[in-house]
Amino acid sequence: MTIEAPTTSELLAKFGPLRAYQSGDRLDTSLDPDRLVKTHCCFCGQQCGIQLKVKGNSVIGFEPWTEFPFNKGMLCPKGIRRYLQNSHHDRLTSAHVRDQTRPDGFRAVPYPEAIGRVASEIQRIQSTYGNDAFGVLGGASMTTEKCYLLGKFARVCLKTRYIDYNGRLCMVSAGAANKKAFGIDRAGNPSSDIPLADVVWIGGANVAECAPITTSYIWQARENGARIINVDPRITPLARTCDLVLPIKPGRDAALYAGILHLMIENDWLDHDFIQNHTVGFDVVAASVKDWTPRKTAEVTGIAEKAIRQAAEWWGTAKTSYLMHARGMEQHSQGVMHVLGAINIVLASGRIGRPGCGYSTITGQGNGQGGREHGQKCDQLPGARDIENPEHRKHIAAIWGVREEELPHAGVDCYELLRKVETGEIRGLLCWSFNPFVSLPDNDFVRRMLEKLEFFVCIDFFLSETGRFADVVLPGSQHEEDEGTVCSTEGRVIKINKAVDPPGDAKQDWRILQDIAGALGRERGFTFDSPRAIFEELRRASAGGVADYSGITYEKIEDRQGIFWPCPATDREGQPVDHPGTPRLFEPGSWNPVAKGAGPFYFPDGKAHFNLASYAPPTEDVDDDYPVILTTGRTVNMFLSGNQTRRIGPLVDQYPEPLLELHPVLAQKHGIADTDWVTVESRRGAITVRCQVVTTIRPDVVFVPYHWSGAKSINRVTIAAQDPISKIPEYKVCAVRIRKAEEPEYAKRLESQQ
Amino acid sequence: MIAEMEFFVDPHRCIGCHACEHACAECETHKGQSMIHIEYVDRSTSVQTVPVVCMHCDSPTCADVCPADAIKRSADGRVMTARKPRCIGCSNCVLACPFGVPKMMTELELMMKCDMCYDRTSTGRKPMCATVCPSEALFFATRAEVELRRGRSRPSNEFKFGDQTITTKVNMMVPRGRTQTHLDVTAAMHEKPVGGLMALNILSNEPIPVEGAS
Repeated sequence: MTIEAPTTSELLAKFGPLRAYQSGDRLDTSLDPDRLVKTHCCFCGQQCGIQLKVKGNSVIGFEPWTEFPFNKGMLCPKGIRRYLQNSHHDRLTSAHVRDQTRPDGFRAVPYPEAIGRVASEIQRIQSTYGNDAFGVLGGASMTTEKCYLLGKFARVCLKTRYIDYNGRLCMVSAGAANKKAFGIDRAGNPSSDIPLADVVWIGGANVAECAPITTSYIWQARENGARIINVDPRITPLARTCDLVLPIKPGRDAALYAGILHLMIENDWLDHDFIQNHTVGFDVVAASVKDWTPRKTAEVTGIAEKAIRQAAEWWGTAKTSYLMHARGMEQHSQGVMHVLGAINIVLASGRIGRPGCGYSTITGQGNGQGGREHGQKCDQLPGARDIENPEHRKHIAAIWGVREEELPHAGVDCYELLRKVETGEIRGLLCWSFNPFVSLPDNDFVRRMLEKLEFFVCIDFFLSETGRFADVVLPGSQHEEDEGTVCSTEGRVIKINKAVDPPGDAKQDWRILQDIAGALGRERGFTFDSPRAIFEELRRASAGGVADYSGITYEKIEDRQGIFWPCPATDREGQPVDHPGTPRLFEPGSWNPVAKGAGPFYFPDGKAHFNLASYAPPTEDVDDDYPVILTTGRTVNMFLSGNQTRRIGPLVDQYPEPLLELHPVLAQKHGIADTDWVTVESRRGAITVRCQVVTTIRPDVVFVPYHWSGAKSINRVTIAAQDPISKIPEYKVCAVRIRKAEEPEYAKRLESQQ
Repeated sequence: MIAEMEFFVDPHRCIGCHACEHACAECETHKGQSMIHIEYVDRSTSVQTVPVVCMHCDSPTCADVCPADAIKRSADGRVMTARKPRCIGCSNCVLACPFGVPKMMTELELMMKCDMCYDRTSTGRKPMCATVCPSEALFFATRAEVELRRGRSRPSNEFKFGDQTITTKVNMMVPRGRTQTHLDVTAAMHEKPVGGLMALNILSNEPIPVEGAS
């Protein structure tokens, strides 16, 4: 049974989170760096190019990398300050084991001792309860090489079916819907298509704060004369100057898209030729939106009928267009339906697969795209292969040198995986680069599950709030301490370069996995000597799959500023070819390994699929007891659970603590004034934070960002409802009540980031 | 001849991310201190933010009011941070600047301000803030490039403060096709102002009923 290390002053003093600022070499204006290392930002899925200034074994600053084509030197605050995570006070430089007798909760131990302990616990649990009793949680901030190796480690070394990753919180609704509609899970277009569009439709994406550099592409479209339509319950910085704001009631996106398609059909704003020749299923979908009149759509979505009609007209009559969406419409118990609804209006317009005609989801995590393509997702094998497809299993089993029947079958999503702790099916967990105690909904449930584990090991470079439950903490590597590849939001595979060595006993994470495999006596297949060697195996494993990397090499990536997959090593006759990569999917006449020339989409008939995108209200709608909708999201200075960004002083100072945003009408009703403390409470839990009274949010909605832990974690309040297909949690809607509150106890005791 | 690079500010594009401030504070010559800042216009009603960089006036008020003659303008028109040996930390410049730019570094007893990254631009690079700005609200380019890429706006470098007209090296992007207008206060003094949707009322807290508006 694991027990959370209490938040003592000793624990905070040793492991933080404490704020790092510029000091020493980082403040010395007379100092020149030894070298500049070209790499990418360690945070969001845009993966901006950046140069790190290195002095000795420390990153001391940054310099814009203006030649990298996606961001041309542009960076958001996180990228600019990310270097401050390096050489950080809180950095884990040795292995630790939980020691309840110590006030700081943990005792440093020699690395081999920690590895030995992990291996013996894995052995004990698996021999007592079976292989599936040990589960693995992965993270999508890691390089693709590491994600690939983790998937292989779970299935070949641990022989467990239970592996899943934190991309489950992020990309899966879009991924599942993309596969249903297009047969492939990747952004359809490079960002360079955005400025060529007549209409840019942004559905549930706070682009300015979550994908800041994409703003420049949207603004360029606007300068070129495009109309920008923004669907969001809040007027975000991007929505402020849009041509049309559709302030949707959270959780009603499928209704909106049904209403738009209804108007497109009514006014014959359709590309009949495209629908006829390149899609299937239109008639069924058309019949399903018959009832979605503008009036009904307005009633359900809470958007003015006039605005819905205007949006439909602009969308319907555009010559070129780009539709993009993100978590705002994906993190719902109807998330896949929302995305399918959006795709339906794209397919009905026929505007896809051409210059200026695009569609994409905006990736959240650094390697949100690559991290899900090659094997830490519970139902997927490398190359975006299906773990239940016999052919796919055979191909991967051959690469891994195991028999097909030895490969475990599909596991479950990461939340269900925790539920299996409750039932006793899972007794031990390895958690890697994932902070579920902050990032999963209903934190109290997560706590109970972590405490129920017989053995819990975390690999990370800072001790996360989840790590405080761990029996063993292994010191992993930071982004700048290893090389490898990631795949950006555009589908561009790029190269992360090593700037410094891991300090002390900290190790590159793939080495840690191999050390565990070695200690288990199962080192076969886990004797790589470099990320490059892992990548070479990954290339072969992905060959012939939808996410085909076989034609990508480290050299090619660096020479050409990234390569968009699919990039096969051979042509369709099997002859070696120098494939340039595929920036834009679905181009007319394009070939892919599924359609084999039948059409541009990734189905045997080459056609895209319309899918029924039926509307259903959120799992937990408002009622008399909980009359307000809570929605959650990000702020521009923070990233995910904050395990990195809450340790970077200048970022913390920009927006130190979560603020509850509410409209003056709602505030007045509850006697709440700007900057008051407010308690927000659901059936799961409550937190008390300061508020911000603003007219930029719907009066029936409150917003709280989710980057903070403990008493400030809004995920104590959110609901663990999940989409039945994608299993994404419903972060964007639950029912709450609010009340004015006194200053909470934590405010005096903890620093803002703690 | 190489076309001159100029600085353009477009608050319309600003998303309030503060990347410019963070990047400024990372510059080699003044690490730890940002020479520029972002302001919310009124967060309670809008997410509108405005990046404030030195406008580099042709006839800088800050230099005019400096009793120690510490603020110098370079040959190419950049107004520099106060010279440390001369600056007496009196804050005259801070008070006088019509754009609210100079900042008194009390602990250094020195006024510091944006010099449009002299160190970077003199070596062919863009100013730091205009390099990183994710929305290109801060933009460093040739006039021809701005003309080509900014279809909806045009640069203006003339500002009126009362009777004072100030021209600057830095350009502000303003809506294309509009001429410079200055508000005549009488427009807000009539009980029912004529024309437009003018609802400005400087005399009471009650909104003025506007003719033709519902």
